[in-house]
Amino acid sequence: MCTYATVQTTLEGSAKGPQSSWFHVTDGTIYFDHPVHAMAEHTLNIDFANPAKGPSARVAVELTAASARELIAAIQAALDSAPAELKV
Amino acid sequence: MVESTSMSESLCAETIIISGNEGDEIEVYLARPTEEGSRGGVVVIHHMPGYDRTTKEIVRRFAELGYDAICPNLYWRQAPGAAPDDAAATARAQGGVPDEQLIGDVAGAAAYVRSLPASNGKVGVIGYCSGGRQSVLAACNVDLNAAVDCYGAFVVGTPPEGFPLKVTNIVDQLPNLRVPLLGLFGKEDSHPSPEQVAELDEILTSLDKPHEFHSYDDAGHAFFAVDRPAYRVAAANDGWEKIAAFFATHLGG
Repeated sequence: MCTYATVQTTLEGSAKGPQSSWFHVTDGTIYFDHPVHAMAEHTLNIDFANPAKGPSARVAVELTAASARELIAAIQAALDSAPAELKV
Repeated sequence: MVESTSMSESLCAETIIISGNEGDEIEVYLARPTEEGSRGGVVVIHHMPGYDRTTKEIVRRFAELGYDAICPNLYWRQAPGAAPDDAAATARAQGGVPDEQLIGDVAGAAAYVRSLPASNGKVGVIGYCSGGRQSVLAACNVDLNAAVDCYGAFVVGTPPEGFPLKVTNIVDQLPNLRVPLLGLFGKEDSHPSPEQVAELDEILTSLDKPHEFHSYDDAGHAFFAVDRPAYRVAAANDGWEKIAAFFATHLGG
């Protein structure tokens, strides 16, 4: 099915996108729905985007549910490992 | 001597701009047999991942079956000229396609194929996945002759609370269904579930709306999608035969 479910957030950072160029990331769109490329019926999809730069200013990832959970844990572990004074 | 057939070996496929909802200019993919003659039209509604290569292959297949086939790019307004996946992502981030806009775009596409020289005036609509629901929606609101719903979720049933795209079921519109409906579903699908398919069947029967439903074993959602793991060759092949027969009955002549 199309879940239609979409969660959006603002982001501050950069991503390496089309033509190997970096761009400023301002928005994240996260949804669990059909992937475009991954070999699974549904995946956790994240778009790192800058809508002001147009539709192609986007880095897309499609992860299985298990991989997405592992990513969450890995991100949390990486953040936890850094000294507090660096995380501003 | 060449045997007579409705299959078309020689096709013309192109991308053009037509008038969609409220006269908006929208991109469409148009494929049609090159030979002269009288034939019906088919409006293809693309799935949520977009106006992509596999959808265009479907459009060309309808042309091969002998129809003037057209697919509106539902995301043209939000992302003109973008890659299909980027356009789908942009449209999703902006809240999706409103039902009223979809109805207007299908009406514009149907009017365009009816204006073509070979048109016999009859036009069908078909949609896959989210487009399945939109196909039924169009068939309740647009002057058409036949409709096909391929595993559309939320024709009946209630979406979970908090859906950002605000999709709703369209049970209240079913009394307005104007055309025969062919429904093709997978028994292993959960949206629509076999229970929801049965509910839709019962509602249409109670409303005395002509419909023909087929549910396939060993098939779930998106069993027509040749580039996805959900593809099921037996269900897809039989489904294509059902579609061809259904459109021949209602769009021929």
